[in-house]
Amino acid sequence: MTAFQKKLWIGLLIMALMTPLGILLPRIFRAEEAWGEWGVHQVEKLIGYVPEGLNKMADLWRAPFPDYHVAGDDSSMAFQVLSYIISGLIGMVACALVFLLVSRLIAKAKHGK
Amino acid sequence: MHIPDGYLSPQTYIPLFGVSIVFWRMAQKKLKKQLSLKHVPYLGMAAAFSFLIQMFNIPIPGGTTGHAVGAAIIAILLGPWTAVIAVSVVLIIQAIIFGDGGITALGANCFNMAVVMPFVSYGLFKLVKGRATGGVRVAVAAFLSGYLGLTAAALLTAVEFGIQPLMATGADGRPLYAPYPLSLAVPVMVLEHLALFGVAEGLVTMLLLKYFLKHEHDLVYAIAGPSANQ
Repeated sequence: MTAFQKKLWIGLLIMALMTPLGILLPRIFRAEEAWGEWGVHQVEKLIGYVPEGLNKMADLWRAPFPDYHVAGDDSSMAFQVLSYIISGLIGMVACALVFLLVSRLIAKAKHGK
Repeated sequence: MHIPDGYLSPQTYIPLFGVSIVFWRMAQKKLKKQLSLKHVPYLGMAAAFSFLIQMFNIPIPGGTTGHAVGAAIIAILLGPWTAVIAVSVVLIIQAIIFGDGGITALGANCFNMAVVMPFVSYGLFKLVKGRATGGVRVAVAAFLSGYLGLTAAALLTAVEFGIQPLMATGADGRPLYAPYPLSLAVPVMVLEHLALFGVAEGLVTMLLLKYFLKHEHDLVYAIAGPSANQ
């Protein structure tokens, strides 16, 4: 890895540590969910009912860390901050691993020629 | 901009899966042919960057939140086809591990953020930049590339939401999926991105491009070309 690349990875790591801003700022400014990404209960509050198809499909998939929380939603703020950072790190590692695999495949393909 | 499960009818999400699969196949072929080795170490970084920047939710005080995607700078630095793959991988990880964006909506979300956005951003950058290789013109091109690329993705997302009430209603006439009409979804999504989230994407694109042009000029796909220094 070149020095430049190393610097970029460190930059990404710093970014991961700063991600809690992404949950703290919306809280400070009292901003809600992204438009169109409401949960079933929020939809009901907004329009008075839950569309049938939405109700059926909303819980189709149970993600291991829903909404970037590694534990329950109602834990303390400090825990949520930590949980968000851990999610960022998990995402970063997952991206790195996928493309490490991809670059191995590329190297193999180029070598085979 | 991550459409959850249940907001799109099968008549919407199945065709969009088809379109995204076609683009993934094309991207795979393109990269097999012309991905330059100098870019390989940056693939994982690009994806990680897109993943992380999307965690920075930007609030509209008292309103909604949104975020940059990073697809514009990835398209400029590594080429639009590489961006298709990198951002798609991010969206798949987000959906499967973090439940951000639906599983059924993955095709739609990838089409909006990982196909349309990189190509709109890349095309705009090239168009506005002209023959310039630095200076104000390149900076403006980079800003617009991020600003309008993200807004284009938001517009498409809004259209996908907005056509749902036209496509599927129950026996009582109520929408089965996303409930809001085009006349509401489009202005809300487009305006919030023009006012705030697009500005963030534009600034991120402009500043990062400046950094790369200064330190690793030959890496920049949209300026140095795909195969320099191979």
